[in-house]
Amino acid sequence: MANKYWESVRVMLGGAPRKSQPGEYTEEAKTIHFYKKSEKLDFDALRIEAHEHQKKGVWLRRRWITLLVINLLFTVSFWLDIQILEGALTASRFLGFHLIDLNSALQVMLAHKHIIVNLFIGTGTVFVLWLLVGGRTFCSWACPYHFLAENAERLHVYLVQKKKISDHTFHRGVRTVFWVLFALMAIITGYTVFETISPVGILSRALIYGPGLALGWVVLLLLFEVFYSRRAWCRYVCPIGLTYGMVGVFSPLHVTYKLANCHHEGECKKVCEVPHVLDCVIKGRAPTAQLDIGADCTRCGMCIDVCPSGALTFEIKGLRRIM
Amino acid sequence: MTTDKKPAVPGNRVVNKRKLEERRRFLRSIILGAAVLGISTLGYIPVASAWRVRMRPPGALEESDFLSSCIKCGQCVQVCPVQAIKLDDIDHGFGVGLPYIDSRSQACDFSCDAVQCILACPTGSLVYKKPVFMPTRNGMRVANPPILLAKEKDPEPTLNIRERTGLARLARPDACLAVQGKGFKGQARGADFKGRMRFIEVDRWKPIPLRDHPFDLQLCDLCVRTCPIKGAISLQPVVDKDGNTRMTPTVHEPCLGCGVCEMICPVESAAIVVDARKGWGA
Repeated sequence: MANKYWESVRVMLGGAPRKSQPGEYTEEAKTIHFYKKSEKLDFDALRIEAHEHQKKGVWLRRRWITLLVINLLFTVSFWLDIQILEGALTASRFLGFHLIDLNSALQVMLAHKHIIVNLFIGTGTVFVLWLLVGGRTFCSWACPYHFLAENAERLHVYLVQKKKISDHTFHRGVRTVFWVLFALMAIITGYTVFETISPVGILSRALIYGPGLALGWVVLLLLFEVFYSRRAWCRYVCPIGLTYGMVGVFSPLHVTYKLANCHHEGECKKVCEVPHVLDCVIKGRAPTAQLDIGADCTRCGMCIDVCPSGALTFEIKGLRRIM
Repeated sequence: MTTDKKPAVPGNRVVNKRKLEERRRFLRSIILGAAVLGISTLGYIPVASAWRVRMRPPGALEESDFLSSCIKCGQCVQVCPVQAIKLDDIDHGFGVGLPYIDSRSQACDFSCDAVQCILACPTGSLVYKKPVFMPTRNGMRVANPPILLAKEKDPEPTLNIRERTGLARLARPDACLAVQGKGFKGQARGADFKGRMRFIEVDRWKPIPLRDHPFDLQLCDLCVRTCPIKGAISLQPVVDKDGNTRMTPTVHEPCLGCGVCEMICPVESAAIVVDARKGWGA
């Protein structure tokens, strides 16, 4: 079991997803794979069926509402002075409880080399929260940049389909390198260097305290993502995502994959923001009949919306056995 | 790419093509890395050149400590009753999102009494008392606990901060109405000025717009009469170089650098200004 976690961390840090060794397949999985081999599937018919059975953005709607509510709660708390959620995404107080973004706190601790109690408490609160719901859930359910980038990504995919532009990928490991470099820069310079260019902080503050020149940087990032590289910031740069990803390694909430239900149309990988975590849905790859999607998954639920056969679902660990 | 549709190419070539793409991707990744690092370190330029010396909110750590410890959440902005605290933009590099006070447009008038921005700060960038290992420059600490005039009759009249954010200075004595022997009548900064202040004689707790509180003075002493700290400033007879004795606003050691004098000064531009982060005797 420990192996499974290590593998998901390895992939998150930038490693290529590994094919399972022959010995790693369970008997159940082998049987399912065997019967699937003899199935003759008409992929065009499957695609049509898939489009008919898609849930038309159920999770998308829930997620966008949540994301907007969280971010607008900051805004109205300040504008109407109702003091529910004070501060910004980097650090805030929810009904008096300190909440401090893990990566911002890390940057401050490394740069300042001094930790005070409130900072420690706030970090702990956030750590526990995202440990429970899965670290990178932050990305797709709370990050304001995600909302913009997600729509920029749609535009990018559309333009690629129309052959107006082509997509350029980077090595995913570069995000891990950035994480280390930003940490080192904070230690060496004594400034929270990453915070200067963090679109999360910039957007959150712009929403609450009003727009500024800093939004220009966010626009540049979005243009880069639309015209050059799909979802570049979140995939290859953002250390916040990696920090939260690490928090969510042992999270009880995750997307789970049921091999028997899957027809391998590949619809899920097309919509996935982090498609490397979905490599197990490729025909013949899944070593067990049911498996959890790795730590880099943002729990956005788009694969669940799009899967026509219910092979992908949200699940809370332990609840499966109880219910 | 059209090459994808071509019939079988020798296996060897397929490998090379993939390797080529991998190499391209690797190079792209290096360029991306260099670009992002380059852009993020651009933030050092405004900081190193001390672009604009900003006045930080009360209780701020020394500037380098402040820059490293502030998490840029703006909770200090949210609690300030006069909204004196603003956040810097990206032209301040690493200072983006850091709080500052522009005294001329809205000074800190201590109308919160408790200096709530310090209470709100989650990272200890604003503190009532600095930890022993964090250095303070000479002249930043006031000699005696500052007495808040609004609380003068309370059992505990002092403010619970001991360090100044800056120091007031009569920058343009020639422009000063008091030095000229002139009075002042009307709204201190005109009808359009949005700045707010608490006047003890109006309401102990509620700041009102400056324009709603006009004055009628024989000799202008606005900076002296609105100063919230006891003994920080007074009008003193000073003999000028022509041998005339003129009443002149004089700043004393208890000045915390709150900036009320700068905000209220009716002369454009202000005759009295606050030098941010300046200590007594420096």
